[in-house]
Amino acid sequence: MWKEKRSMNSNLIDKITAWEPRAVWTEGGDGMFTVPADGFHDLAGRLLSEGFDFLRSLTGMDWGEAGFGVVYHLEATATGENVVLRTLTEEREHPVLPSVCDLWKAAELNEREVFDYFGVRFLNHPDMRRLFLRDDWVGYPLRKDYDPAQNPLRMSNEVSKDSSPTYELQSDGSYIRKRNVLFEEDEYVINIGPQHPATHGVLRFRVSLEGEIIKKLDPHCGYIHRGIEKMCEELTYPQTLALTDRLDYLGATQNRHALCMCIEKGLGVEVSERVQYIRTIMDELQRIDSHLLFFACLCMDMGALTAFFYGFRDREKVLDILEQTTGGRLIQTYNTIGGVQADIHPDFVRKTKEFIAYMRPKLREYHEVFTGNVIAQERLKGTGVLTREDAISFGATGGTGRAAGWACDVRKRHPYAVYGKVDFEEVLFTEGDCFARYMVRMKEIEQSMNIIEQLIDNIPEGEYQLKMKPVIRIPEGSYYAAVEGSRGEFGVFLESRGDKSPYRMKFRSTGLPLVACLETIARGTKIADLIAIGGTLDYVVPDIDR
Amino acid sequence: MHALLTSLMPLRLAVFIECVIVGVCLLLMYAVIAVVMIFMERKVCAAFQCRLGPVRVGFWGLLQVPADVLKMLTKEIITIRRSDRFLYNLAPYIVILASVLAFACLPVNKGLEVLDFNVGVFFLMAASSIGVVGILLAGWSSNNKYSLIGAMRSGAQMISYELSIGLSILTIIVLTDTMQFSEIVARQADGWFLFKGHVPALVAFVIYLIAGNAEVNRGPFDLPEAESELTAGYHTEYSGMHFGLFYVAEFVNLFIVAGVAATIFLGGWMPLHIAGWEGFNTVMDYIPGFVWFFGKAFFVVGLLMWIKWTFPRLRIDQILTLEWKYLVPIGLANLLLMVIVVVFKLHF
Repeated sequence: MWKEKRSMNSNLIDKITAWEPRAVWTEGGDGMFTVPADGFHDLAGRLLSEGFDFLRSLTGMDWGEAGFGVVYHLEATATGENVVLRTLTEEREHPVLPSVCDLWKAAELNEREVFDYFGVRFLNHPDMRRLFLRDDWVGYPLRKDYDPAQNPLRMSNEVSKDSSPTYELQSDGSYIRKRNVLFEEDEYVINIGPQHPATHGVLRFRVSLEGEIIKKLDPHCGYIHRGIEKMCEELTYPQTLALTDRLDYLGATQNRHALCMCIEKGLGVEVSERVQYIRTIMDELQRIDSHLLFFACLCMDMGALTAFFYGFRDREKVLDILEQTTGGRLIQTYNTIGGVQADIHPDFVRKTKEFIAYMRPKLREYHEVFTGNVIAQERLKGTGVLTREDAISFGATGGTGRAAGWACDVRKRHPYAVYGKVDFEEVLFTEGDCFARYMVRMKEIEQSMNIIEQLIDNIPEGEYQLKMKPVIRIPEGSYYAAVEGSRGEFGVFLESRGDKSPYRMKFRSTGLPLVACLETIARGTKIADLIAIGGTLDYVVPDIDR
Repeated sequence: MHALLTSLMPLRLAVFIECVIVGVCLLLMYAVIAVVMIFMERKVCAAFQCRLGPVRVGFWGLLQVPADVLKMLTKEIITIRRSDRFLYNLAPYIVILASVLAFACLPVNKGLEVLDFNVGVFFLMAASSIGVVGILLAGWSSNNKYSLIGAMRSGAQMISYELSIGLSILTIIVLTDTMQFSEIVARQADGWFLFKGHVPALVAFVIYLIAGNAEVNRGPFDLPEAESELTAGYHTEYSGMHFGLFYVAEFVNLFIVAGVAATIFLGGWMPLHIAGWEGFNTVMDYIPGFVWFFGKAFFVVGLLMWIKWTFPRLRIDQILTLEWKYLVPIGLANLLLMVIVVVFKLHF
């Protein structure tokens, strides 16, 4: 099942080899091209002009002797073609690679992340600061030869710099370091976060204001960075599952679904039909849960405190259903490799049906109390517009992308579980403003209920869990699997060397692109709009920081 | 009382003691109203939000607010470094002073009012607008960027909406041709101005409610302290009773707005009289005046709370647009309409 979907069509392989003869195709898992660093930027530009406009994932790698590198997952939004590229440099002391942030805006924060983890400097990247870790961090933690003893707990304050370094290549092959000024001396810069009611977690923006109008915005991530990707490298595959629930806590089952899918794909395991049904229903319940919380929090951010409680009241019902089967409310730890933790509770089907019958009229109530309100409409309509081109370039998937008219639903693009069999509509808007982002999610609640209704009565009999060995070894190669999380494409990139733990595990964050595009959306709007924009982008911070 | 005191001591001392007693009573009533208002707010918003509100402390949670007051009184007042210490400490008292002065103008019952003179309405508006100075000072002296933005917002907002309040009250003044509160109430003996002045009075009432809501910085006009934007706006840096003073003043200001609405639109302490229904009027007269006053005032408070707990917050430009492009022109036209109504004696 996986092979036919993922194998690249040979036509594309031929084309790429024609453009860049030094590019080498390697099998192993999904398979990928290895492109030398000096020719990479040209090839990337070529691919972009050929329609590969969506940078799905950008992963830094330490291949030991082979050097440092980056793996790029590209997709053409028009044709749905996928290609995986990698480029690397053997230099271990001062690794330098070409930046692609002029081609895909998504690369901007992702390359900062690679710099932060591996110390790879990207040429012509305008802002080569660390993304998650402190500026005075010693060494680069995801390098294989990193020594944690270099970084004791520091008790000093971290001072935010007002400028960022950038590296440019000289004609003689050396590169020079330049400064980019972020904030001028006399600018009125305020901190929104890390402790702020409207950032939904410990995220911090430095915002330069002119009166109420936002001139510039600089996101600071990493306040709840836990190094989950690094931790995964020392855990066995079943152990890594415990960490994914802690990423996007409103998409706990979906995240874990993606990781299980990726591992099962590596192992070549097919899970039973029953498991597929259960996973799909659970994912959709989780999505309803997340969107209800979105509604509640957006209302609170906008000052409509009563509607906030309505959302929470109804979300409680979803959590009760989830709790009955999985034992967890926020963190379910339900999916396992080859199945799910436990069979569904005997009351599950009845309760889920009751919930759907209960929820439909409540949605109408939401629209009466908030959507139709003249103030809400004035505040949301026309503010914070993200164009379709920007959404794709930033890789802002999920409700944000669909509100801008980009059909980016992984459930439609790469159907997994039983999404290929159910009939549901991908909610699309074209305005790209806050109101469209809001409406996408409200409509998706209905669609999720439709999906559950189609499946809930037809859950086939069968095993809920395949017998798996306690120590799992995945064949050598790299694998990528993605699900549609509550707020976008959640992907897992796994590179295996045949050991019992992964060589590199990377989670494509759903929230990082949303933070990346915030500057573009919010520039020129007012502080109050920033809150509305942040609310409708619906990022979850532990997922950004990982 | 006055006779008793003057028989015991010189006149000046007697007057002084009377003033002190009146002042203490006023402050006591102020505090009681604040407690009642806070409790009402918590219960009302709980009802809107499918919650119970405070239920643990005392019967039905009645002792929750007194307990909170005690807690607030015992908390440390933190003065922050690099703030303008004098103005920082002064600001909450300016706010509370304005609020108490305005509160003193409200006629609670027949003859039961502290300040009552021929330009009472003027005095009330002048006194209540001192409050914005305190808020601006609080924002400025805190040396906090959020506070400053909050203060600027409240400056823009409160000064703008003062205009609408003035216009809508002026509309009623045209009808009554007096500015003395006791007189205004007395003239509503045969019907409340809301009904007597028909269309222009009704329009003025609606404008007054909107502007009054904005004047006391409550949702949907709670921009100066917009929690989700500016954490707590102008009083971010205040703690203990200094914060408590802002908090209390906000609630009592809401009551004052409602009380003024009750006085000039709904007849104040005057019972509901319908001309010609003698029996009905006599029954209504048995209900004491302060019950009428508080009943009407809390009815208006209830209206404003309903609005606050239902609507999302406006944005600063929308607030100013609403005021300068809609409320002020409508208020001016309405004033003109009322003048016409009065000149041609079209009112009841």
